[in-house]
Amino acid sequence: MRLTDLPLRQPAYVDRIDWTALPAADGQRLREFGLCEGASVEALHHGGLLGRGPIACRIGRMTIAMRRNHAAAVLVRTGAERAA
Amino acid sequence: MTALPLVALVGNPNAGKSALFNALTGARQKLGNYPGVTVERKAGRLPLPDGRPAELVDLPGTYSLLPGSPDEQVTRDVVMGRQAGERRPDALVIVVDAANLDNHLRFALELIALGLPTIVALNMVDLATRDGLELDATILSRELGVPVVPTVAVRKRGLDHLREELGTLLAGTAAAAPARPVRDFDATRKEARRIAGAAIVRETPSRRLTAAVDRVALHPIAGLALLLGLLFVMFQAVYAWSEAPIAMIEGLAEAAANAARAALPDGIFRSFLVDGVINGVGSVVVFLPQILILFFFILMLEATGYMVRAAFLMDGLMAKVGLSGRAFIPLLSSFACAVPGIMATRTISDPRDRLTTILIAPLMTCSARLPVYAVIIGAFIPARDIGYGVGLQGFVLFCLYVAGIIGAMLVALVLRLTVTKGASGGFLMEMPKYQWPRPQDILLGLWQRAVIFLKRAGTIIFASTVILWLLLSFPRVPDGDPTSQVDHSIAGRIASGLQVVLAPVGFNRDISLALIPAMAAREVAVSALATVYSIDAGDDEAALEQSLGDRLKRQWPLPTALAFLAWFIFAPQCISTIAVTRRETNGWRWPLFMVGYLFILAYIAAGITYWTATAAGL
Repeated sequence: MRLTDLPLRQPAYVDRIDWTALPAADGQRLREFGLCEGASVEALHHGGLLGRGPIACRIGRMTIAMRRNHAAAVLVRTGAERAA
Repeated sequence: MTALPLVALVGNPNAGKSALFNALTGARQKLGNYPGVTVERKAGRLPLPDGRPAELVDLPGTYSLLPGSPDEQVTRDVVMGRQAGERRPDALVIVVDAANLDNHLRFALELIALGLPTIVALNMVDLATRDGLELDATILSRELGVPVVPTVAVRKRGLDHLREELGTLLAGTAAAAPARPVRDFDATRKEARRIAGAAIVRETPSRRLTAAVDRVALHPIAGLALLLGLLFVMFQAVYAWSEAPIAMIEGLAEAAANAARAALPDGIFRSFLVDGVINGVGSVVVFLPQILILFFFILMLEATGYMVRAAFLMDGLMAKVGLSGRAFIPLLSSFACAVPGIMATRTISDPRDRLTTILIAPLMTCSARLPVYAVIIGAFIPARDIGYGVGLQGFVLFCLYVAGIIGAMLVALVLRLTVTKGASGGFLMEMPKYQWPRPQDILLGLWQRAVIFLKRAGTIIFASTVILWLLLSFPRVPDGDPTSQVDHSIAGRIASGLQVVLAPVGFNRDISLALIPAMAAREVAVSALATVYSIDAGDDEAALEQSLGDRLKRQWPLPTALAFLAWFIFAPQCISTIAVTRRETNGWRWPLFMVGYLFILAYIAAGITYWTATAAGL
């Protein structure tokens, strides 16, 4: 399932990241934010109303915001966190 | 004399670095620039326990030593000893957020591997406790091989301990940190995660304040209503809270003018002092309370962590006009002043996004335009209540700000389809926890703004006012000549020439006159009008008694006043904005483009307003 499709506030972990779908600089920044395979992830809010807005999600202990096209590159699996 | 030991404060954004810097150095700070780059250098004196001082420098926050922006590059170059104009630091204080250890430790490990004497400040431990985390600094220190000091910068906790450790470190008596092998990114991340796991002794899931607030603040409807409500309160407060202090400053200026009139004989010097200096500069200084109120709100929104939420809410809309939600922060700062706003665009990595943001930043109503709006609104818009405790004057001001925003969005849309055509960059941001800022940090920020504003009033505004007074006062009207002094003066003649172009949009001679010095700084438009009317009144006691607002009300038709307001929504740029745009875009091309398009829009907006108002019979 893509991160964009993950229901809000349902615990999940990152299964795979399609780094090739992300611009290099954005991929690097997401890595620095702690995005990696196995990291726990939870979708918190979908921005919207004035157009399809970004997604706020928790990755590990950090809350970050990213646009939907970036979030679509992150594949997640619901359930308990898998060891990194 | 040997130079003071240099200590660099370094860490992730949102680790509470600046609060720690303020707490350690107090108000003894020096702001400067690194040579060749437009990155601010913040340094201060840090007293060590043995009485020696050290120089503490606050490096821009960054996530790793792979820079993504010019600011982050400075941080990397300083810690590696490669930054021009900066020595390599003698010691590092790495600031990590106690509640975000996994991530912050990764960068800390990268920094420790550099081999400089290092202390880790485990900051915001109170917020971590609030989130149910219990940490052991001793374990952390053992794992990292460097001293770890738990701190709460905003409550000044742990600072003495930090200073002590720093004193020991700089004295060179501490045991050297064990050498660590340099690892790649993934290995460092895993190591950070392991150490964080070891240092966290207990974790009880607790109701997180931030999550609870965000349910409202980030809600598509409730959040947007909250944002608009906050902005509305902000602009109402600019009026409501400023009345008393403004009256006080006005009283002082009037007393000074009366004292000067009483003490000096009538003549050219008295005219210079009263008409030029006191009335001119005084009419601008009077807006200090409103500017500080505006900055107070912006500083609070930033310090509490709300600003990023606003960017999140606005990203959908910003994406529609081809901008990043990140652009919202520089744009909101531009409400205070376009210069720091344009400088803040450096955090936008996509060059086209950044250029578009720079070009529309001047459309955000800066605080220098506030005096102009305030004086015209005060004179022409009745102070009525339009229901629900909302004042008509504050409402009109709000509308002017909204007009600027809508203008900016439309311009961005057009620019993105033409001159800055291309794919839009993304929107990636960390959302920090909410926190209540330390009052001293806000006060320090306000103090720095007040000094900057008063310096402007004392230099640029003073100089333009004096030059304008000279141009208005000479040549003198010969005795018995019925023409007024202003008409006869050099400035009056220049303005009459300009008026040929400006008359169609309803501008009179006095406005044409005020627009020239307003290029230096926009609030000069007000002091220029004050000087014009002060000289025009001459010795007429009755006219001198009137305030600037009363005089404008008597002499300007309503459509002219409204056109003047509309002009200033798009108002041609002040010199500082043009200069900073040139610096940030490396050339004259974009600043000239910006000035050109703004002039055209200002003219059209003033024209439409004037013609519509006249046709409506106002």
